[in-house]
Amino acid sequence: MTTGTASQEVTYVEAISQALDEEMSRDKRVFLMGEDIGAYGGAFKVTEGFLTKFGEWRVLDTPLSESGFVGAAIGAAMMGLRPVVEMQFADFISCAFDQITEVAAKNHYRWGAAVPMVIRAPFGGGVHGGPFHSECPEGWFFHSPGLKIVAPSTPYDAKGLLKAAIRDPNPVLYFEHKFLYRRIKATLPQEDYIVPIGKADVKRTGRDITLITYGAMVHLALEAAELLSQDGIDLEVVDLRTLIPLDKKTIYASVRKTSKAILLHEDNKTGGIGAEISALLVEDCFDCLDGPILRIAPPDTPVPFSTPLEEFFLPKVSDIVAGAKKLGAY
Amino acid sequence: MDQAVVAKDITRSDLLEMYYFLRLTRCVEDRITALYRQGRIVGGVYTSHGMEAISVGYASALKPDDVIAPFHRDMGAFLIRGFSPGEIIAQYLGKKGGPTKGKDGNVHMGDLKRGMIGFVSHLADNMPVAAGAALAFRIRGESRVAFAGTGDGGTSRGDFHEAMNFAAVRKLPVVFFCTNNQYAYSTPVRYQMAITDVVERAKAYGMPGEIVDGNDVAAVYLASKGAIAKARAGAGPTFLEFKTMRMHGHSEHDAAKYVPRELLEAWKAKDPILKAEQLLTQLGYVDESYFHEIGERVKKEVEAGTESAEQSPLPEGPDTLVGVFATEGEVQP
Repeated sequence: MTTGTASQEVTYVEAISQALDEEMSRDKRVFLMGEDIGAYGGAFKVTEGFLTKFGEWRVLDTPLSESGFVGAAIGAAMMGLRPVVEMQFADFISCAFDQITEVAAKNHYRWGAAVPMVIRAPFGGGVHGGPFHSECPEGWFFHSPGLKIVAPSTPYDAKGLLKAAIRDPNPVLYFEHKFLYRRIKATLPQEDYIVPIGKADVKRTGRDITLITYGAMVHLALEAAELLSQDGIDLEVVDLRTLIPLDKKTIYASVRKTSKAILLHEDNKTGGIGAEISALLVEDCFDCLDGPILRIAPPDTPVPFSTPLEEFFLPKVSDIVAGAKKLGAY
Repeated sequence: MDQAVVAKDITRSDLLEMYYFLRLTRCVEDRITALYRQGRIVGGVYTSHGMEAISVGYASALKPDDVIAPFHRDMGAFLIRGFSPGEIIAQYLGKKGGPTKGKDGNVHMGDLKRGMIGFVSHLADNMPVAAGAALAFRIRGESRVAFAGTGDGGTSRGDFHEAMNFAAVRKLPVVFFCTNNQYAYSTPVRYQMAITDVVERAKAYGMPGEIVDGNDVAAVYLASKGAIAKARAGAGPTFLEFKTMRMHGHSEHDAAKYVPRELLEAWKAKDPILKAEQLLTQLGYVDESYFHEIGERVKKEVEAGTESAEQSPLPEGPDTLVGVFATEGEVQP
């Protein structure tokens, strides 16, 4: 088993494994489905050892059939189980788009059937995955009422949000960032905890500009904040953690304090989550804004493969520094 | 269906009950069609006219705690599961008293407490869902079965194939069916698939399949019963192809001019209610007066249902905002 004990430092990916392990041990309704998650332990080894520990009816290797097994998870969830489905890569979630947006998202609204399930989706670039193994598809689902969406940036949040997602009575899309899997570590509490869905987290307090982001970009923002502090710009970094429902209270409180906002994400710029938050800020916080709202996001292209192309595509610390300086001038 | 087999394998009271539900289904849908023609129902109206034997037959073969993911021409299943004519007509009228309280229309209704999974317009979407319900039964070691179907057109969709495959691989307690009524909206089966019998599809999944006369309620009942028993015993899924004919348009707005009239004439003689009456008469169970009596009974029930549906209030505009998310108490135990 890749999971460490709670007192040791664990990586982001180990935190995910721990959450699954603990929830499966706590609640026999929780079971897993996905491609290669059994004997192989998953493409990223999140479920290594789970088959032996929990047996083949709680750790199901599925046919290569995303729509089929997401649909099956919906059915099992409606019958009272708590399925956690693994997309091998978030990119493949497009195959299950219909089941997620038309069935899982609408069942409760239409006819009152709760669908308590989680879809784990390893997303994001920076890992040389190319156009089919690097996508950030959260924007597609951000527009579909009935889904909750979370995207943790730290091992603590990864574990706490996954537990909260599993315990939630609704379909939750859990976007876990592949770039962070083995790059960040933390010591987690020994006791059981959750990170509530719907609560953003101010990862760095600052006076001058609010930077709103999520996922791997949080770390880029924190790095940029350190550089900017040398130039006398004090950046506040708001980690959304939950994309739906958005924690407007935390977002607005921060922007009302700093009067300036930058939206940063790894999903394409057009129609992204940054665009929505920007519109909300204009609608609800216009009176306090001292400058334009900036969006820092990749261009509207697929995620390219070759290193110089992918580096060009992804937002960089220097983009944030430049954006903050531009906004700082207002 | 051979009457000796029927006499041996179906009780008289079961057969009479199925006859009652055939008549009730026809009467409810005729009333809905009439309301539509009067402009009282907005949106689509898809009926099972001439195909009532399918849902009445299979739903009669299931146990109450089994789960159904119906096709959109399975009104009989709703009635057998205890949806009253009043609730159903309220649903079509967009009233608060309908199972979806006006959130969705026509046959898009469901209720987990009564084992009915709400229909989704995207045909075959509920087939993997039903496989998942069966998976839950298998995981918990329950002796329950899921029963799910789509039309001939629906079997062209990937979700149909993904469900068939997954259920067969895991030997799940589910029965899949296809209501082959020869047209998917205006598209005939020959433009839908390069095979004549949909049942051929089952072979690719290592799944047993059977062609059943979909207009013969006794045949549907017995074939379903056999497949359900197999699923319950752990022998895995079965695929049933119910051959029938769509006697109305896709929806009531559709005059279906693309269907040859002589085809409809030929199938009219095979009407499922007519067939059931012939069978009951041959078996000597009842006579003409009984059919008349049942006709009067269902008419009264549908009359009362229409009245209660009319009295049900319409939802208020702001009700739109209610129910996007579920709360913990609503999850199935």
